Amino acid sequence: MSIYTEEQAKAILDKAIKASKADQCSATLNGQSGGNIRYALNSVSTSGHVSDCDLAVEVAFGKRVGTATTNRFDDASIEAVVRRAEELARLAPENPEFVPAIAKQAYKPSGTFVERTAAVTPAQRAEIAAACIEPCRKEKLVAAGFFSDAQTFSAIANSKGNFGYQKSTGMDFTCTVRTDDAKGSGWVARNLGDVAKFDVKSDIRTAMDKAKRSVDAKALEPGKYTVVMEPAATAGLISFMMFGFDARQADEGRSFLSKKGGGNKLGEKLFDERVSIHSDPWDPECAVLPWDNDGLARERTPIITKGKIDYLQYSRYWAQKQGKTAVGQPGNLIMAGGDKSTMDLVKSTRKGVLVTRTWYIRMVDPQTVLLTGLTRDGTFYIENGEIKYPIKNFRFNESPAIMLNNIEEIGKPVRVGDDESPFVMMIPSMKIRDFTFSSLSDAV
Amino acid sequence: MDRRDFIRFTGIGLGGLLLPAFHGRVIAAEALLGKIDVATRKRLADAALAAARSAGASYCDVRIGRYLRQFVITREDKVENVVNTESTGVGIRVIANGTWGFAATSDMSEDAVAGAARQAAAIAKANARLQAKPVELAPVKGVGEVSWATPIVKNAMEVPIKDKVDLLLDVNAAAMQAGASFINSILFLVNEQKYFASSDGSYIDQDVHRIWSPMQVTAVDQKTGKFRIRAGLSDPRGMGYEYLDGKASDKVELPCGAIVYKDSYDMKEDAIAAARQAKEKLTAPSVKPGKFDLVLDPSHLWLTIHESVGHPTELDRVLGYEANYAGTSFATLDKWKSKNFQYGSDLVTLFADKVQPGTLGAVGYDDEGVKTRRWDIVRDGILVDYQAIRDQAHILGHAESHGCCYADSWSSVQFQRMANVSLAPGKQKLTPADMVKDIENGIYIVGDGSFSIDQQRYNAQFGGQLFYEIKDGKVGGMIEDVAYQIRTPEFWNSCSAICDEADYRFGGSFFDGKGQPGQVSAVSHGSSTARFNGANVINTARSLG
Repeated sequence: MSIYTEEQAKAILDKAIKASKADQCSATLNGQSGGNIRYALNSVSTSGHVSDCDLAVEVAFGKRVGTATTNRFDDASIEAVVRRAEELARLAPENPEFVPAIAKQAYKPSGTFVERTAAVTPAQRAEIAAACIEPCRKEKLVAAGFFSDAQTFSAIANSKGNFGYQKSTGMDFTCTVRTDDAKGSGWVARNLGDVAKFDVKSDIRTAMDKAKRSVDAKALEPGKYTVVMEPAATAGLISFMMFGFDARQADEGRSFLSKKGGGNKLGEKLFDERVSIHSDPWDPECAVLPWDNDGLARERTPIITKGKIDYLQYSRYWAQKQGKTAVGQPGNLIMAGGDKSTMDLVKSTRKGVLVTRTWYIRMVDPQTVLLTGLTRDGTFYIENGEIKYPIKNFRFNESPAIMLNNIEEIGKPVRVGDDESPFVMMIPSMKIRDFTFSSLSDAV
Repeated sequence: MDRRDFIRFTGIGLGGLLLPAFHGRVIAAEALLGKIDVATRKRLADAALAAARSAGASYCDVRIGRYLRQFVITREDKVENVVNTESTGVGIRVIANGTWGFAATSDMSEDAVAGAARQAAAIAKANARLQAKPVELAPVKGVGEVSWATPIVKNAMEVPIKDKVDLLLDVNAAAMQAGASFINSILFLVNEQKYFASSDGSYIDQDVHRIWSPMQVTAVDQKTGKFRIRAGLSDPRGMGYEYLDGKASDKVELPCGAIVYKDSYDMKEDAIAAARQAKEKLTAPSVKPGKFDLVLDPSHLWLTIHESVGHPTELDRVLGYEANYAGTSFATLDKWKSKNFQYGSDLVTLFADKVQPGTLGAVGYDDEGVKTRRWDIVRDGILVDYQAIRDQAHILGHAESHGCCYADSWSSVQFQRMANVSLAPGKQKLTPADMVKDIENGIYIVGDGSFSIDQQRYNAQFGGQLFYEIKDGKVGGMIEDVAYQIRTPEFWNSCSAICDEADYRFGGSFFDGKGQPGQVSAVSHGSSTARFNGANVINTARSLG
């Protein structure tokens, strides 16, 4: 069993806290049950199911901390895991940056659980794979994709009387469709909490259409272009930028949000007026747990408002040192937008490049958040509001801090998942001027 | 500990490494030392093999794994965390009705492993309906009961935590004294205790050790608001704690003045150098972009080899099995079949192996019981082979697997993973100092930095840690803001000189990612210093206004 009810979870956590002889004790219980299916070359390659549950116990004697975990929940195992954490705490050196366990929090539940998503069956996963493979086979296209779904629960408690319990669900789908001569490639992705909103038959058409339309791409000269970026194309850049929002790094002078001469840029306007990003655990489109990794209650938090930096992430230690109040760290990023579709942004573009997605994004210079990466699986030239022809992929060298100052138009936000990001995101399509493509790629 | 936690705990945020999740439960230090005895493991394996056979499997392999990790994480004068993790269980893979099936359990009872074997057989039979062609396995002769262990001198897991903490805090203090504004340093230890048994008649017991001691030293100039990071020049290695002995005989002074390391690492000396060089980077002149001849030190070149040779020659990528994630490959089968595809200049021989001592890839047998070996991928410039495992060997007409199958946990299914892929040293005697003598306009690059490559492994961009100008045969001062862009075949064809065997060194990564769901693997890449003519260098400095 890996998904416990609130009562069962509370009973396990209470036993652990009661067993502890340390100065303080915190415990978390996390379980998941989920399945996946992978396919390539129009054939299923692997499918599996993962079920797991872990109890983590953290204790402290003074400023010495120890952590131990177990996946057995009988009384003797719970007692043993607490003793192990206590042994490790006695071995550990004092941590001068130790902060005591959090006080009792008030958690307002968020809508992270959808029964339908929790009930996805192996047969449904096989149908999803078949819904991608069959139409591709018929049209001489080759599908490779991955679908995963999971239900999870998270429960936390500590010796100061704090307790929280919540269940969540999620699904993630990506599919790459290539022409059988390998001259064209398209892609589609869908990240949702509610599987009922997933229309695989419609989504696969997007990837198939892009694969067919991207055949025989022409080479454009690298340089600065107006780009229409689909939500998945900018999500990785924006998510990378968030590493620079750590208050301590900014105060220490090693972030793009550090101020010359000392201090940080909290409150300064650094982006275009139209850029607003906030976090909200209760947002119905991208709800996340109402507490963060430390158990601090999350709040609706403005991060960037009309281009102004409204938030830096303070750890509990750094907040205490700087005389600030630590708030729950964001679990989602919601960027404000309008109602326009990606194609609406294309229609208003005289000359530009449409980018489906970006790939292999890495930091080049943290001083300016200069990132490099490539376009992939559907890059097209736009002229007079129409997609004219496919173009070869580009490598970009661009900073989101510059990109978010060069906005021409913002479309409708869409939920986006990203392998390399800790956030669930709502990101709009964006039209951006002077985006820097520095070289061509021959990759299809 | 997930990736986000690792980034938080280690203080490696902006500009740092991106590291994947570490699976496993956290355990106390003394628990790292015990082992499950071989007799118990053989009994469990036999229970699984018998159950699989009864369930109609034509082949079965059983992996009983205990995966241990220890992290000691510090910054300046503070220990931020000490974490021990353990993950133990059994993974069973079968072929039934010509199709693979896999199941895993953490329950180490004979009943549970037999149950998992039956489940794997049931999954195989269920999936057989979707299978276009039956699995074709290259034969492997059973080796009976054998064992292999990483040839370590000092088991790092046995070194007391206090000694490790003292080492890192001493390193940090030295860097701060040398002018660093900040230092983050980590010790990261791995021990994989793996027992493999198969219906071919093999019972293979392996004890694999790895060590890594990364650091990041930061210099901040508050007046200008500028900061620069110099990462440590250590390599992750398949060695014990002796890697940290820092023997004088393993130190190499380069023509640019930087000190790099062969088979043992002086972390304190490197931290002091890193502090000085991070400060120097704050005022070093910015590169003028253009075409340069590059001299690439092995501490840098390993990552270029990894991305531009290691990945594109993985056969599953070439065939399209990774198309939805990391992509496919430009090194297509037709190029290999032509026997004349010029991957690099005729100086370039790139070989794969799982046997070089002290490397991350070195094991006696891979995770499907194949004895490991060395083979050429590019010979005298020509693409001659790929990296393939038992169920892929027949595609290349090979009679046997290359022995590069790996799973990152007992609970993950094993698949083709990158072997060590290395550049063979030059056959003529040549030192790095000799190499720079006839370069008119070049850049000497030391240490790995930013990296990115497209999904067919054509277009790549690499940064580094230290850059020095080469003018008219002489190495000059440090320069900054350097990145070079390549198109893979042109880059390897521009290779005009490779230093000899005396200069051969390794670099590597603990975190080569592949597959969905993702798995990581550790891999080393050896080379001697090499020269590449006429590379396109860009300037990465920007202004945020």
